[in-house]
Amino acid sequence: MKTLNEMRIRLESRSVNESFARVAVGAFCSQSDPTVEEINDIKTAVSEAVTNCIVHAYRNSVGYIYISVKLLEDSSAVIKIRDRGCGIENINEAMTPLFTTLGGERSGLGFSVMETFCDSVRVRSSKGRGTTVTLIKKIRGKNSY
Amino acid sequence: MQDVLKAQLQINGKTVAVKLSGEIDHHSVQTVRQRIDDAILGREPDNLLIDFGGVSFMDSSGIGLVMGRYKLIENTDCKLFVTGLSARAYTVMKLSGLEKIAVLKRRNEKDENAQ
Repeated sequence: MKTLNEMRIRLESRSVNESFARVAVGAFCSQSDPTVEEINDIKTAVSEAVTNCIVHAYRNSVGYIYISVKLLEDSSAVIKIRDRGCGIENINEAMTPLFTTLGGERSGLGFSVMETFCDSVRVRSSKGRGTTVTLIKKIRGKNSY
Repeated sequence: MQDVLKAQLQINGKTVAVKLSGEIDHHSVQTVRQRIDDAILGREPDNLLIDFGGVSFMDSSGIGLVMGRYKLIENTDCKLFVTGLSARAYTVMKLSGLEKIAVLKRRNEKDENAQ
Protein backbone atom coordinates (compact mmCIF):
# COMPACT_ATOMS: atom_id res chain seq x y z
CA MET A 1 0.00 0.00 0.00
CA LYS A 2 1.36 3.36 -1.03
CA THR A 3 2.14 5.85 1.73
CA LEU A 4 0.82 9.32 0.99
CA ASN A 5 2.41 11.08 3.93
CA GLU A 6 4.39 10.23 7.03
CA MET A 7 5.60 11.85 10.23
CA ARG A 8 7.63 10.90 13.27
CA ILE A 9 7.95 12.42 16.69
CA ARG A 10 10.05 11.52 19.70
CA LEU A 11 9.08 12.68 23.14
CA GLU A 12 10.06 12.08 26.72
CA SER A 13 7.84 9.82 28.79
CA ARG A 14 6.52 12.63 30.99
CA SER A 15 2.81 12.58 31.69
CA VAL A 16 2.51 16.24 30.71
CA ASN A 17 3.24 15.07 27.12
CA GLU A 18 0.12 12.87 26.90
CA SER A 19 -2.03 15.70 25.59
CA PHE A 20 0.68 16.86 23.17
CA ALA A 21 1.01 13.34 21.72
CA ARG A 22 -2.70 12.86 21.00
CA VAL A 23 -3.17 16.38 19.68
CA ALA A 24 -0.13 16.07 17.38
CA VAL A 25 -1.29 12.74 15.94
CA GLY A 26 -4.86 14.03 15.58
CA ALA A 27 -3.67 17.15 13.80
CA PHE A 28 -1.55 15.15 11.36
CA CYS A 29 -4.42 12.77 10.57
CA SER A 30 -6.80 15.68 10.00
CA GLN A 31 -5.43 16.14 6.47
CA SER A 32 -7.29 12.93 5.51
CA ASP A 33 -10.51 14.83 6.22
CA PRO A 34 -11.79 12.65 9.07
CA THR A 35 -15.00 13.27 10.99
CA VAL A 36 -14.77 14.77 14.48
CA GLU A 37 -15.69 11.31 15.76
CA GLU A 38 -12.79 9.66 13.92
CA ILE A 39 -10.31 12.26 15.20
CA ASN A 40 -11.53 11.65 18.75
CA ASP A 41 -11.23 7.87 18.23
CA ILE A 42 -7.60 8.39 17.25
CA LYS A 43 -6.84 10.81 20.08
CA THR A 44 -8.35 8.50 22.67
CA ALA A 45 -6.43 5.44 21.44
CA VAL A 46 -3.12 7.36 21.25
CA SER A 47 -3.68 8.70 24.76
CA GLU A 48 -4.02 5.13 26.05
CA ALA A 49 -0.92 3.84 24.27
CA VAL A 50 1.24 6.77 25.36
CA THR A 51 0.01 6.48 28.95
CA ASN A 52 1.06 2.82 28.91
CA CYS A 53 4.60 3.85 27.93
CA ILE A 54 4.71 6.32 30.81
CA VAL A 55 3.17 4.26 33.60
CA HIS A 56 4.41 0.80 32.56
CA ALA A 57 7.33 0.81 30.13
CA TYR A 58 9.30 3.55 31.90
CA ARG A 59 7.59 3.28 35.27
CA ASN A 60 10.44 4.59 37.42
CA SER A 61 12.39 6.44 34.81
CA VAL A 62 12.10 8.75 31.86
CA GLY A 63 12.77 7.42 28.38
CA TYR A 64 11.84 8.22 24.84
CA ILE A 65 8.51 7.42 23.23
CA TYR A 66 8.66 7.16 19.43
CA ILE A 67 5.48 7.83 17.48
CA SER A 68 5.14 7.45 13.75
CA VAL A 69 2.07 7.99 11.62
CA LYS A 70 1.62 6.89 8.02
CA LEU A 71 -1.35 7.94 5.97
CA LEU A 72 -1.95 5.29 3.31
CA GLU A 73 -3.58 5.49 -0.09
CA ASP A 74 -6.61 3.55 1.13
CA SER A 75 -7.17 6.40 3.62
CA SER A 76 -6.14 4.43 6.67
CA ALA A 77 -3.80 5.81 9.30
CA VAL A 78 -1.10 3.50 10.68
CA ILE A 79 0.05 4.79 14.05
CA LYS A 80 3.01 3.20 15.81
CA ILE A 81 3.81 3.97 19.43
CA ARG A 82 7.13 2.47 20.47
CA ASP A 83 9.18 2.50 23.64
CA ARG A 84 12.46 0.98 24.79
CA GLY A 85 11.11 0.21 28.23
CA CYS A 86 10.66 -2.93 30.30
CA GLY A 87 8.45 -4.85 27.85
CA ILE A 88 5.28 -6.78 28.57
CA GLU A 89 5.69 -10.16 30.22
CA ASN A 90 2.36 -11.58 29.07
CA ILE A 91 0.64 -9.71 26.24
CA ASN A 92 -2.61 -11.70 26.42
CA GLU A 93 -2.91 -10.93 30.11
CA ALA A 94 -2.11 -7.25 29.52
CA MET A 95 -4.82 -7.03 26.87
CA THR A 96 -7.47 -8.68 29.03
CA PRO A 97 -10.16 -6.15 29.98
CA LEU A 98 -9.81 -4.91 33.57
CA PHE A 99 -6.39 -6.54 34.04
CA THR A 100 -3.91 -4.13 35.57
CA THR A 101 -0.64 -4.50 37.42
CA LEU A 102 -1.08 -1.11 39.04
CA GLY A 103 -4.46 -1.41 40.78
CA GLY A 104 -6.28 1.47 42.41
CA GLU A 105 -6.48 4.34 40.01
CA ARG A 106 -5.86 2.45 36.75
CA SER A 107 -8.88 0.75 35.23
CA GLY A 108 -7.11 -1.94 33.23
CA LEU A 109 -8.99 -0.88 30.12
CA GLY A 110 -6.26 0.79 28.06
CA PHE A 111 -6.11 -1.91 25.37
CA SER A 112 -9.91 -2.38 25.41
CA VAL A 113 -10.33 1.31 24.65
CA MET A 114 -7.76 1.11 21.83
CA GLU A 115 -9.62 -1.89 20.36
CA THR A 116 -12.97 -0.13 20.68
CA PHE A 117 -11.85 2.95 18.78
CA CYS A 118 -9.47 1.48 16.18
CA ASP A 119 -9.88 -1.04 13.36
CA SER A 120 -6.82 -2.99 14.44
CA VAL A 121 -4.47 -3.07 17.44
CA ARG A 122 -1.21 -5.04 17.26
CA VAL A 123 1.25 -5.39 20.11
CA ARG A 124 4.83 -6.62 19.85
CA SER A 125 6.91 -6.71 22.96
CA SER A 126 10.22 -8.05 24.11
CA LYS A 127 11.07 -8.26 27.78
CA GLY A 128 13.66 -5.67 28.74
CA ARG A 129 13.76 -4.25 25.22
CA GLY A 130 10.48 -2.50 24.70
CA THR A 131 7.04 -2.56 23.16
CA THR A 132 5.52 -1.44 19.88
CA VAL A 133 1.78 -0.84 19.62
CA THR A 134 0.45 -0.48 16.07
CA LEU A 135 -2.95 1.10 15.70
CA ILE A 136 -4.75 1.11 12.37
CA LYS A 137 -7.65 3.45 11.87
CA LYS A 138 -9.59 3.59 8.65
CA ILE A 139 -10.56 7.19 7.96
CA ARG A 140 -13.86 7.13 6.12
CA GLY A 141 -14.30 10.85 6.44
CA LYS A 142 -17.15 13.25 6.08
CA ASN A 143 -18.05 12.10 2.58
CA SER A 144 -19.13 8.65 3.69
CA TYR A 145 -22.04 9.90 5.75
CA MET B 1 -3.15 23.43 23.88
CA GLN B 2 -4.78 21.37 26.58
CA ASP B 3 -8.22 22.19 27.90
CA VAL B 4 -7.17 22.21 31.58
CA LEU B 5 -9.12 19.87 33.85
CA LYS B 6 -11.03 21.63 36.58
CA ALA B 7 -13.16 20.26 39.40
CA GLN B 8 -15.81 22.39 40.99
CA LEU B 9 -16.98 21.02 44.33
CA GLN B 10 -20.30 21.66 45.93
CA ILE B 11 -21.33 20.25 49.27
CA ASN B 12 -25.00 20.36 50.08
CA GLY B 13 -25.91 18.57 53.32
CA LYS B 14 -25.07 14.90 52.72
CA THR B 15 -24.48 15.33 49.01
CA VAL B 16 -21.06 15.92 47.50
CA ALA B 17 -21.26 17.13 43.90
CA VAL B 18 -18.23 17.37 41.64
CA LYS B 19 -18.48 19.19 38.34
CA LEU B 20 -15.64 18.33 35.99
CA SER B 21 -14.62 20.33 32.96
CA GLY B 22 -11.68 20.06 30.56
CA GLU B 23 -9.62 17.07 29.40
CA ILE B 24 -9.24 13.95 31.51
CA ASP B 25 -6.11 11.88 31.06
CA HIS B 26 -3.63 10.14 33.35
CA HIS B 27 -1.73 13.41 33.81
CA SER B 28 -4.65 15.72 34.51
CA VAL B 29 -6.58 13.46 36.94
CA GLN B 30 -3.73 13.72 39.40
CA THR B 31 -4.59 17.38 39.94
CA VAL B 32 -8.23 16.81 40.96
CA ARG B 33 -8.21 13.40 42.66
CA GLN B 34 -7.02 14.59 46.07
CA ARG B 35 -9.47 17.49 46.19
CA ILE B 36 -12.40 15.15 45.54
CA ASP B 37 -11.16 12.70 48.17
CA ASP B 38 -10.78 15.47 50.73
CA ALA B 39 -14.42 16.40 50.17
CA ILE B 40 -15.60 12.80 50.66
CA LEU B 41 -13.43 11.63 53.54
CA GLY B 42 -14.67 12.47 57.00
CA ARG B 43 -17.99 13.66 55.63
CA GLU B 44 -19.72 10.31 55.01
CA PRO B 45 -22.00 11.60 52.25
CA ASP B 46 -25.21 9.81 51.20
CA ASN B 47 -24.76 10.82 47.57
CA LEU B 48 -21.72 11.39 45.44
CA LEU B 49 -22.42 13.09 42.11
CA ILE B 50 -19.72 13.31 39.48
CA ASP B 51 -20.77 15.43 36.52
CA PHE B 52 -18.79 15.00 33.28
CA GLY B 53 -20.90 17.60 31.44
CA GLY B 54 -17.97 19.93 30.76
CA VAL B 55 -15.47 17.22 29.85
CA SER B 56 -14.12 17.70 26.32
CA PHE B 57 -11.81 14.65 26.24
CA MET B 58 -11.59 11.49 28.30
CA ASP B 59 -9.56 8.29 28.07
CA SER B 60 -9.69 5.32 30.47
CA SER B 61 -8.25 7.54 33.21
CA GLY B 62 -11.81 8.83 33.62
CA ILE B 63 -12.90 5.32 34.58
CA GLY B 64 -9.98 5.04 36.99
CA LEU B 65 -11.09 8.30 38.57
CA VAL B 66 -14.63 6.99 39.14
CA MET B 67 -13.47 3.54 40.30
CA GLY B 68 -10.97 5.04 42.71
CA ARG B 69 -13.64 7.26 44.29
CA TYR B 70 -16.04 4.30 44.43
CA LYS B 71 -13.47 2.41 46.51
CA LEU B 72 -13.70 5.18 49.12
CA ILE B 73 -17.46 4.79 49.51
CA GLU B 74 -18.13 1.13 48.64
CA ASN B 75 -18.51 0.06 52.26
CA THR B 76 -20.85 2.92 53.09
CA ASP B 77 -24.45 3.68 52.11
CA CYS B 78 -23.33 6.39 49.72
CA LYS B 79 -24.83 6.22 46.25
CA LEU B 80 -22.76 7.14 43.21
CA PHE B 81 -24.13 9.09 40.24
CA VAL B 82 -22.07 9.73 37.11
CA THR B 83 -23.79 12.21 34.84
CA GLY B 84 -23.24 14.42 31.80
CA LEU B 85 -21.43 11.69 29.86
CA SER B 86 -20.81 12.27 26.17
CA ALA B 87 -21.71 9.38 23.87
CA ARG B 88 -17.99 8.51 23.72
CA ALA B 89 -17.42 8.77 27.48
CA TYR B 90 -20.52 6.64 28.02
CA THR B 91 -19.09 3.95 25.71
CA VAL B 92 -15.81 4.00 27.62
CA MET B 93 -17.57 3.82 31.01
CA LYS B 94 -19.70 0.87 29.87
CA LEU B 95 -16.55 -1.09 28.98
CA SER B 96 -15.74 -1.19 32.65
CA GLY B 97 -19.13 -2.37 33.86
CA LEU B 98 -19.42 0.80 35.94
CA GLU B 99 -23.19 0.75 35.46
CA LYS B 100 -23.27 -2.03 38.07
CA ILE B 101 -21.94 0.24 40.79
CA ALA B 102 -23.13 3.66 39.68
CA VAL B 103 -26.06 5.35 37.98
CA LEU B 104 -24.74 6.46 34.57
CA LYS B 105 -26.45 9.26 32.70
CA ARG B 106 -25.61 10.67 29.28
CA ARG B 107 -25.67 14.36 28.56
CA ASN B 108 -28.40 15.88 26.41
CA GLU B 109 -27.63 15.55 22.71
CA LYS B 110 -27.99 19.29 22.28
CA ASP B 111 -25.26 19.85 24.86
CA GLU B 112 -22.96 17.52 23.02
CA ASN B 113 -19.85 19.52 22.14
CA ALA B 114 -16.68 18.60 20.25
CA GLN B 115 -16.20 15.41 22.29
